[in-house]
Amino acid sequence: MAATQAGMKRFYTLFAIIAVAGLGVLGYLLTRPATVSIPANVTVQASDTSGFKGYVKGLATAPVEITEYADYQCPFCQTFATLQMPTIEERLVNTGRLRWRYRDFPLQQHPFARVAAHSAACADEQGKYWDQHRRIYEGQAEWAASGNAAPILRRYAGAAGVDISRYDACMRAGKYAGRIQADLNSGVALGVTSTPTLLANGRLYKGRFDSDAITKLVDSLAKHPTK
Amino acid sequence: MIYRMSAALLSLAGLLISAYLYLYKLGKIGDLACGTGGCEAVQWSPWSRIAGIEVSFVGVLGYAGLLALSLAALQPGLVGRHWPASLLAILAGIGVAFTAYLTYLELFVIHAVCQWCVASGVVILAIFFVALLDLRRLPRTRTS
Repeated sequence: MAATQAGMKRFYTLFAIIAVAGLGVLGYLLTRPATVSIPANVTVQASDTSGFKGYVKGLATAPVEITEYADYQCPFCQTFATLQMPTIEERLVNTGRLRWRYRDFPLQQHPFARVAAHSAACADEQGKYWDQHRRIYEGQAEWAASGNAAPILRRYAGAAGVDISRYDACMRAGKYAGRIQADLNSGVALGVTSTPTLLANGRLYKGRFDSDAITKLVDSLAKHPTK
Repeated sequence: MIYRMSAALLSLAGLLISAYLYLYKLGKIGDLACGTGGCEAVQWSPWSRIAGIEVSFVGVLGYAGLLALSLAALQPGLVGRHWPASLLAILAGIGVAFTAYLTYLELFVIHAVCQWCVASGVVILAIFFVALLDLRRLPRTRTS
């Protein structure tokens, strides 16, 4: 009986040691500082952009180009991206009439706009930009309201088929912080002050943000390219 | 007694492994320590979820159940009883079958091996083995 009690005591001691050690390791992993932080207002180096001028969708031969400056955390950008863009793509981009250029313009009041833009940039490295772009906008209500957007954006990247180890390395390094800043700087230089802002063939567009208005604009510009 | 103690310790190890993988999948712990390099491929494959539930979460629930059962089986009133060992063997057997299916997916469908999944496979196999040894030890009693 005494031997059994001693055996049980040894068992519970060993059990407690393993449990405490295991929970300690998991606790440490959970509480260590977040490794994703995308710096703002970085000094842009030439190597940050190396010719990059936004994410492009559509034919190079399309007669009209629209550049969109947008912020992933801006609600209006989200509505435009999810409700209007599918029609614009189908009607104009896929038919070769329009080339769409998306550039980041993360606003200061949106704390997760930059990390979202960076998440899309890291997905772009693996050819998954537009997939991640769509997921980020569709999930805006989820990550924008969270205390930490990075894990949610990471989950989207995983669902998009991005190699997560490469994605993590890209995010941790803040590899595209300079490129995002360069986009923002270029928008400021062009007079962009809010999001979304559109430039049609290089000119600021002041009209309505719906697919019908954009279609009329493209038709008009295609007929009168210098207008 | 030694078999049930072993089952409890193994279940605890399995629970910690599953919890680690589940927390990784939730994005709570950053990178996964992975020597084989195939962990991400496995963890982010379409087969990492079954009916919308993370496989690692299934592992957490399964090992928690095995742990509770093996600890209960160590209590004085149940030490000499047959049914806890039978139930442990049945549950661990289901776990072994499930692990065999997941290993098949890793080797022949995903073409990547996750060392943590292998570790979990070894653990569930060991639990099944000790549960069988515990069954052999106990005389089956009949009631009429």
